[in-house]
Amino acid sequence: MAIEVRGVSKRFGDFVALEDVSITVADGALTALLGPSGSGKSTLLRIIAGLETPDSGEVVIDEQDVTASPARNRGVGFVFQHYAPFKHMTVHDNVAFGLSVRKRPKEEIRGRVEELLALVRLDGLAGRYPSQLSGGQLQRMALARALAVQPRVLLLDEPFGALDAQVRAELREWLRKLHEEIHVTTIFVTHDQEEAMEVAEQIVVMNKGRIEQAGAPRELYESPANEFVMSFIGPVNRLGDAFVRPHDIQILAEDDGTGTEALVERVVHLGFEVRVELKLPDGREIWAQVTREEAQQLELSQGQILSVRLPAPRVFAS
Amino acid sequence: MLGIYLTVLVLLPVAALLAKSGSGGTSAFWREISNPEAVAAIKLTLIVSAIVVTINAVFGTLVAWVLVRDEFRGKKIVNALIDLPFALPTIVAGVVLLALYGKDSPIGIDVAFTRASVGLALLFVTLPFVVRSVQPVLLGLDLAMEEAAASLGAGPLTVLRRIVLPTLAPAIISGVALSFARAIGEYGSLVLITGNLPFKTEAGSVYIFGQIQNENLAAAAAVSVVLLLAALLVLALLGFALRRRSRHVL
Repeated sequence: MAIEVRGVSKRFGDFVALEDVSITVADGALTALLGPSGSGKSTLLRIIAGLETPDSGEVVIDEQDVTASPARNRGVGFVFQHYAPFKHMTVHDNVAFGLSVRKRPKEEIRGRVEELLALVRLDGLAGRYPSQLSGGQLQRMALARALAVQPRVLLLDEPFGALDAQVRAELREWLRKLHEEIHVTTIFVTHDQEEAMEVAEQIVVMNKGRIEQAGAPRELYESPANEFVMSFIGPVNRLGDAFVRPHDIQILAEDDGTGTEALVERVVHLGFEVRVELKLPDGREIWAQVTREEAQQLELSQGQILSVRLPAPRVFAS
Repeated sequence: MLGIYLTVLVLLPVAALLAKSGSGGTSAFWREISNPEAVAAIKLTLIVSAIVVTINAVFGTLVAWVLVRDEFRGKKIVNALIDLPFALPTIVAGVVLLALYGKDSPIGIDVAFTRASVGLALLFVTLPFVVRSVQPVLLGLDLAMEEAAASLGAGPLTVLRRIVLPTLAPAIISGVALSFARAIGEYGSLVLITGNLPFKTEAGSVYIFGQIQNENLAAAAAVSVVLLLAALLVLALLGFALRRRSRHVL
């Protein structure tokens, strides 16, 4: 179901969490709310879920104004950052909770819970308690619990934030695939631009309670609307008011007079990618990103003086 | 080292009590505890204690809830006042209760020398137990759990019944156990306001003291043993419930 947020503002005391925020999420889309902490992204998610009331503005789900309706009537599945498991219930009872609240027959509940546990690959763990599960398993249980009631919308607050790097990478991939399978409109909150780029079809970049830009990952990367988006999404060199992507800096094999002189301060090998830290004649420091092959061909080494070509820098009107 | 410490403080007194109560043989023991006055005193203590801890379970939890979840002026003062029954010597509590709810009650409530006064005194001295055991658990309760339940379609009452109370249950149970143990042993706050009328308002502990005064140590020891066993039984039952409940929560 499509979600529309219109002109939502929210304050907590003196702190402005959201200021006149509007977003539209298409039916079935997978959207990321991306921003640093304090940008208002979690507040926006909680307002969509009905866990927080906006001071002004509207929330519309499936063309229905739900601004005044409580969380329990919104048909929204919410996955909390720390999963919020019901610790005194088994995995089965956790997942069954929404259905048992709706007084569905026992048989139906059992069947549905089994189906969901298979979907999130927790089959066989139905009798365990949350204290006996790992972080990744808890996360998937929380997801199954949210999906059990067939929500119109699935909302995830920093879904991978509390997991270690490897599990996180695995779950990202899995969430993408799951979304392809069940196609429920999904919004997730993250502060990790790589995660947003990898998982989402649409990214909404937020900062200080406002929306900086919304669009496809590629669009944001290639045509950032402003300084903030430019520097938040993807690596960046800042030269005064101008911005340059490190992979746009060209290191020349031979000085043909078109380049600028630069001193190699450090060469960092990160596998396929090599990071070259450079100092320009005027003392400014930048870094360039080259591939392993390029680095080998150029025979880069510390202390070397070489010639680089800077692309036309991007400047944003402030 | 610890063994000696506990032996001196706990084991030896209990052993001495048991020895004393059995010194006249089992028939003497039975005679003492089947004395109608003793039976009435034990019954009064157990029944009133049971009622008092039930009230404590409900109101103690409510008080803890308000202290944790609500904001109001003077909250800190109310919070500090909860410990008053701990801080006050119980005989002083008795004097205060008698002055307030006795014959010359300034607010027109006179319960002195009635069974209600036994309950009132016990409620006063056991007030902190449930509040203080529920409060920290409530403070640490993850609000997201209640929000999760709400987003899954649960109304406020369902959230309370299926999420909040089961999580608080272990704390409520241990508060109740402590209240009960305290209530059946309470003496100081009872002696003044209840009037210690045999067969009416005389509690077990007061009966025991009376028997000691009459140099009938066997009767005092026998009733003590019964109260001790009742306390142990209740603690064991509640402990069992506690383990069942808290197995997966903590």
